[in-house]
Amino acid sequence: MYFETLAAALQMDGHGAFVWSAYLITLGVIAFILYAPKRREKRFLRQLEGQIRRSGGQVAGAIKEV
Amino acid sequence: MRAASSAAFCARLLRRQLVLGLRRPVEIGNPLLFFAMVIALFPLGLGPAPDTLAAFAPGILWIVALLSNLLTSEGVFRGDFEDGSLEQLLLAPQPLYFSVLAYVLAQWLLTGFLLGLLSPLFALMLGLEPAAIPALAGSLLLGTAVLSLVGGIGAALTVGLRRGGMLISLLILPFYMPVLIFGSGAVQAALAGAPAAPYLAILGAMLCMAVALAPLAIAAGLRISADT
Amino acid sequence: MWSLFHKFGSPPWLYRLSGSILRWLLPITVIALVVGAVWGVLFTPPDFRQGNSYRIIYIHVPAAVVALAGYYVMAIAGAVSLIWRMKMADVAMRACAPIGAALTFVALVTGSIWGKPTWGTWWVWDARITSMLILFFLYLGVIALYEAYENKELAAKACAVLSLVGTVNIPIIYKSVDWWYSLHQPASIKFTGDTTIDPSMLYPLLFMIISFYALFTCALLLNMRAEILQREQRTAWVRRLAGSGERD
Repeated sequence: MYFETLAAALQMDGHGAFVWSAYLITLGVIAFILYAPKRREKRFLRQLEGQIRRSGGQVAGAIKEV
Repeated sequence: MRAASSAAFCARLLRRQLVLGLRRPVEIGNPLLFFAMVIALFPLGLGPAPDTLAAFAPGILWIVALLSNLLTSEGVFRGDFEDGSLEQLLLAPQPLYFSVLAYVLAQWLLTGFLLGLLSPLFALMLGLEPAAIPALAGSLLLGTAVLSLVGGIGAALTVGLRRGGMLISLLILPFYMPVLIFGSGAVQAALAGAPAAPYLAILGAMLCMAVALAPLAIAAGLRISADT
Repeated sequence: MWSLFHKFGSPPWLYRLSGSILRWLLPITVIALVVGAVWGVLFTPPDFRQGNSYRIIYIHVPAAVVALAGYYVMAIAGAVSLIWRMKMADVAMRACAPIGAALTFVALVTGSIWGKPTWGTWWVWDARITSMLILFFLYLGVIALYEAYENKELAAKACAVLSLVGTVNIPIIYKSVDWWYSLHQPASIKFTGDTTIDPSMLYPLLFMIISFYALFTCALLLNMRAEILQREQRTAWVRRLAGSGERD
């Protein structure tokens, strides 16, 4: 490890605030782009499941067989 | 009945578009008036000092030309889309590539070409050095042709949408940037006493490429829009 | 070859394949990103001119590289969907745009943060930053166009045309912005000359670039899965998937 103490790693000779904020923002964006589609998929499936249960297995609209 | 040859068909389309435009002279005047008005905003915003205005003149003139071109390119296919003649055009046996070129050429003749011819007047109002005026007019004539072709792509893609006006600017402004760089570059070079010819040559190269490729994209865009 | 091609056009097959790929690729990607970031931030020597602020390079450059590559992926998917009318290529193209925009955003923000200690200002109209900004606009244009169409099939076609136009234009935009900058360059802030990079700094950078490519792939597949389900919601296999309550 290049830095000797944790404080030095956080400080980075005065550049710490820039480096760490850049990494935090990137972390946020990465978490978002991975989590957003996952959530969209889950929510859609749950919605569809409820829809199917409400109609008692009989689903309104045409079902195409693949 | 035999289908008209491609060249005759395009000439007729071009004539039709020009006649349609000339019937409403006010609409031809609108982009020019817009140009003049926005030019008048700059002394009000930047202050009337002739030195400042002259220094910014190449950029101002080019950006305003770009904006007025943007405003007019939205309507290239609008009227024909609404009255259904665009679908006739898509069904016509003549290649769509040349027909859309005729549309764009008509639009350019009524906006960019006139703007290029009148630009020396506005340049003098902003105090641009007279030596740079040929470069300005030349770069505008070449550059607005590229802008019209690129704008045609945006117009073709958005003509079927109800709210196309703002969208088209978002789509095509990024593609206008290289033209702006070399167009105002030509004027700045002329101001600095350097030859403007290299810049005009690059604009010419862009024009060649736009003529070769843009009609393909415009035709594809029109086919998509006709399905809406 | 052709049977594989047809399989790629089949939504349930692609949905299952992407599920089994993600099961191992997603954890590996997350671990690689963490390892690369720790390596770059804590285990590399500081730059002799910029000190520690250069450590932002390990996210800035990969994000920029992958954001640009993402545009080409989007355009290629668009071309495939236009030429072979493959529905799944539409889905891939649609999935690229928000990821690419997000990565471009990361590149811009980290570049701006990096600029503050290096140049003393948050924003400089530097050639690369300007090109990145234009790329960001291009991505947002594609998203705006897609959202403007009611009919999503037409939206995908229109976006495919737009992204192909963008592909032709990006090299022109980059070259002209480069040239524009070299003409107007203020002498004081030039620091990106021909400097060689030490292996101790280069290896973590390459590692991070590869990790970001993996990240792009993961996000692309995740987005495609969500999109596939929504498009195929009337088909029996999606109904069975939702009805069985089994999810991965």
